[in-house]
Amino acid sequence: MMKVALIGLGSVGKGVAGVIARKDLGITITGIADSKSGCVEPDGLDIANLLLNKSRNGYCGDREISAADVIKKADYDALVEVTPTNALTGEPAIGYIKTALIRKKHVVTSNKGPIALAYKELHALALKNGVALRYEATVAGAVPVMHTLEHGLAGNEILALYGVLNGTCNYILTRMADEGLTYEQALMEAREMGYAEADPTYDVQGIDAAIKLVILANTIWGNSIGLNDVDRTGIDLLTPDALRLAEDEGCTIRLIAEAIPRKHILRVSPRILEKNHPLVVDGTLNALTLETDMAKEITLIGRGAGSTETASAIIGDLLFIQDRYVQRT
Amino acid sequence: MKLEMKDSPGQLVAALKPMSEVGGNIIAVIHQREPDLDDDTLNVQIVLELPEGRLERLVALLKEQGVHIQRIGEERLLYKRTVILIGHLMHTDLSDTVDQIDSTGFAEVCELAMSMPAVHERSTSRITIKAVSKHDMEAALAILRRVSIQKSLLLIEPLEEIA
Repeated sequence: MMKVALIGLGSVGKGVAGVIARKDLGITITGIADSKSGCVEPDGLDIANLLLNKSRNGYCGDREISAADVIKKADYDALVEVTPTNALTGEPAIGYIKTALIRKKHVVTSNKGPIALAYKELHALALKNGVALRYEATVAGAVPVMHTLEHGLAGNEILALYGVLNGTCNYILTRMADEGLTYEQALMEAREMGYAEADPTYDVQGIDAAIKLVILANTIWGNSIGLNDVDRTGIDLLTPDALRLAEDEGCTIRLIAEAIPRKHILRVSPRILEKNHPLVVDGTLNALTLETDMAKEITLIGRGAGSTETASAIIGDLLFIQDRYVQRT
Repeated sequence: MKLEMKDSPGQLVAALKPMSEVGGNIIAVIHQREPDLDDDTLNVQIVLELPEGRLERLVALLKEQGVHIQRIGEERLLYKRTVILIGHLMHTDLSDTVDQIDSTGFAEVCELAMSMPAVHERSTSRITIKAVSKHDMEAALAILRRVSIQKSLLLIEPLEEIA
């Protein structure tokens, strides 16, 4: 059995815990922590009971045990770090991840902050300690972008990438185009559907998409870029007329993240696309086109968010680590 | 493009027909008999505007007509790009914005659609630009980007076809 410590019990954490409890994957959870409490059991925790505690009390375990305690002391092979993204500092997740890597524990995270802000340092630390740092869930949710880059497209040179990486923006633009809604109306609807945060700035001004672009660029080209290197325009100033004028020409508008190293382009901006373009996906879907020297264009489309969908990416990373590093029993 | 065809009645018309069929706009037809050529062939130079992506079809149609293409001058291809501008377009002098493109000599605004919801609200326009080459189109878009920043307009560009 591969032993896992799970830090973070929000939507994604619950999804991961639920899947591990439900499916026979050869994974057991030996440590768990949310923002208020922690719990450690070397022989494996009773997940169903902990999730019940969480929904009943708002916390899952012992209030005397912190996330840092679990990471430092629990017996585990891989840390699953799924706390909320802090785009400014990346903390406390960066600290959590470093602690685990130094303990020679593999790390799987869905947290964009640490990967966007400290990838080089964390990657080097993982290499030095002979363990894996995997983050499939940080970009495009369930869509296996990193696995495709690492394995399916191994040996290819990635020449450019173009993506729809923010489901909230894509939902708003889809609704503006389909129903002629104003930006404000579509945003309100997205909130009601649970697709947008109370403060939508991070999504609608393209910050979230830009962070994902940074993660992809650093992974592919290792060029240590940061959020400030991305030329960024959001969708919050779009008018319904803009979508209608695009529609008249058989086109629509989508928020596109694009990186073309040979042209020094690193940009997130609303763009006009023909409606039959592969990147024109509906609702909260994500899409990514990779342009490579051998495979030419490859487009991946799928769900960019959701509890079980994101868990899919995390489980994929864990099982990869199990195959590659952890002895099967 | 420079064409070579049989010098017999109806041949020139037969060569021109496919050009209109693919949506081309013929600007000039120049033909002259060269003394050192066999009498039965005719060399013709044609200058035409052609929508993007139609050239291959035209070449195929001409071949079907038995017309030999000696040379195609790519630089004569016309590039079209459509952008959307959002903001206080009239207050920031839309005709100046258009003129900044038109005055380049290598690119021009050939179509403009406009929507103005109310006096104080931002208006939206769709602008189609023509340029003689891809390079000139890039230069025209660069001008438009600069003007948009100066005038606080939101410029929405097309996603370039994947190279």
